[in-house]
Amino acid sequence: MAGDSPFEPLKPVSPRTRLVLGAGFFVLFVAVWAAATLGGFIKPLFLADPVKTFAAGWRLFTEHGFLADIGITVWRVMGGFVLATVVGVPLGIAMGAFKPIEAFFGPFVSFARYLPASAFIPLLILWAGVGESQKLLVIFIGSVFQITLMVAVIIGETRRDLMEAALTLGASSRGIVIRVLLPNAAPAIAETLRLVLGWAWTYVIVAELVGADSGIGHMIMDSQRFLDTGQMIFGIFVIGVIGLITDFAFRALNQGLFPWYAGR
Amino acid sequence: MAKLTISGVDRTFPGVQGGPPTRALDTTDLSVEDNDFITILGPSGCGKSTLLRIIAGLDQPTSGTVELDGQRVTRPGADRGMVFQSYTLFPWLSVKQNICFGLREKGMAKSQQDEIAAEFMEQVGLTQFANHFPRMLSGGMQQRTALARALANDPKILLLDEPFGALDHQTRSLMQELLLSIWEKHKKTVLFVTHDIEEAIFMANRVLVMTARPGRIKADVPVSIPHPRDYKVKTSPEFAELKERLTEDIRVETLRAAQMAA
Repeated sequence: MAGDSPFEPLKPVSPRTRLVLGAGFFVLFVAVWAAATLGGFIKPLFLADPVKTFAAGWRLFTEHGFLADIGITVWRVMGGFVLATVVGVPLGIAMGAFKPIEAFFGPFVSFARYLPASAFIPLLILWAGVGESQKLLVIFIGSVFQITLMVAVIIGETRRDLMEAALTLGASSRGIVIRVLLPNAAPAIAETLRLVLGWAWTYVIVAELVGADSGIGHMIMDSQRFLDTGQMIFGIFVIGVIGLITDFAFRALNQGLFPWYAGR
Repeated sequence: MAKLTISGVDRTFPGVQGGPPTRALDTTDLSVEDNDFITILGPSGCGKSTLLRIIAGLDQPTSGTVELDGQRVTRPGADRGMVFQSYTLFPWLSVKQNICFGLREKGMAKSQQDEIAAEFMEQVGLTQFANHFPRMLSGGMQQRTALARALANDPKILLLDEPFGALDHQTRSLMQELLLSIWEKHKKTVLFVTHDIEEAIFMANRVLVMTARPGRIKADVPVSIPHPRDYKVKTSPEFAELKERLTEDIRVETLRAAQMAA
């Protein structure tokens, strides 16, 4: 009786159903959008209809070299994100594992985490100009403190009994960090990086809205000047698609790397 | 000379949020001979785990000393293997890699690690599960792996903190027989903490009864049932007599603990 209901708490759905449901909402979304615009309920000036949007998208690729804009934006996100990872992950591990290091950096990192990356843009333009290093720095500032703090928390949450088991097996402090704390935290750290990469995308677009001559954000700003809502919406749509792809890739990578992990 | 000597060890935990400090373990002296199988029996919260953790070096006594082979214990080390009540296999390592953990920390050659792991997987009956991750195993299998992991390290003394406490009754009986057969074969020195009277008598050559908090050794009862023992000894008259006596001892302490809590 209860087994037939699709609304049992935490009951899993089959991969097929999941796919159908997930795609279903996209279809519904486009349908509502089409009905609102093609039905004449919203003026084209404010919201382009789906047909115009995808036509504008086609022109962007064929006439305006939009692929290059996408490439440069992806490069900026990944560049800033990798820099933030290279700094934030080791620092977070050190903070999580060694309490004096946490006491030293912790308060500053918590403070810096609340500084909005976008507020640094004017300052960064002064310091680094409007070139690539400024874009990378925006993303770096936006991501590095978040990564550091979240990694420190993950490492600090390591089960004490696992550490104690390792100690009674003769592990040294170094052994504990490398062969207990790190492998234990790795899946959660990877999951954190996946989340932060999503935020990095918001920073890059903000960075490109100001003082950029290429990139998806710059294209969106340009389109606003010509009141081309079709292009603007298509630009936003492309960001979503790229996000979806990276998210799937990240998830698949994590599942491949950590087959032992059952915590999701 | 005794294998393990505990002299004047006590442990008081500081008070929580301005409360009074808790005296978990009263001044305790104990001397453990080589190849002893000692079970420590006591009501819950009597400080028996605290004593074991102090011997392991995971906790420090407020005063007193622990010496193993004449050497003072100050921190955890590979010479004191431990199996915990909670499941402490490393989830990212396979059964075999878990068993090799301590050997790898010692820097032992891979081929030698494999040999030792194979031997102990065979003994605990997990050879076919060598490449399984812990989450794929039942509780009993996880604790067998944990036992193999501790034994593979060849510690001078094996400390067991209610290792079968979370298992069902049948699995538990099988684990007791398994541990006993391993002990009969390897002659290890074992300290086994439990609150199960049958378990305490079945495996031990000495049962130590502890009082309610602050824990203190109240009785030291020799068990002279001959080895090898199997499950049938649990119905022998000798066993029944010991069980009756220990039941009485423990009951008094459990009542005291309950009164203190009330």
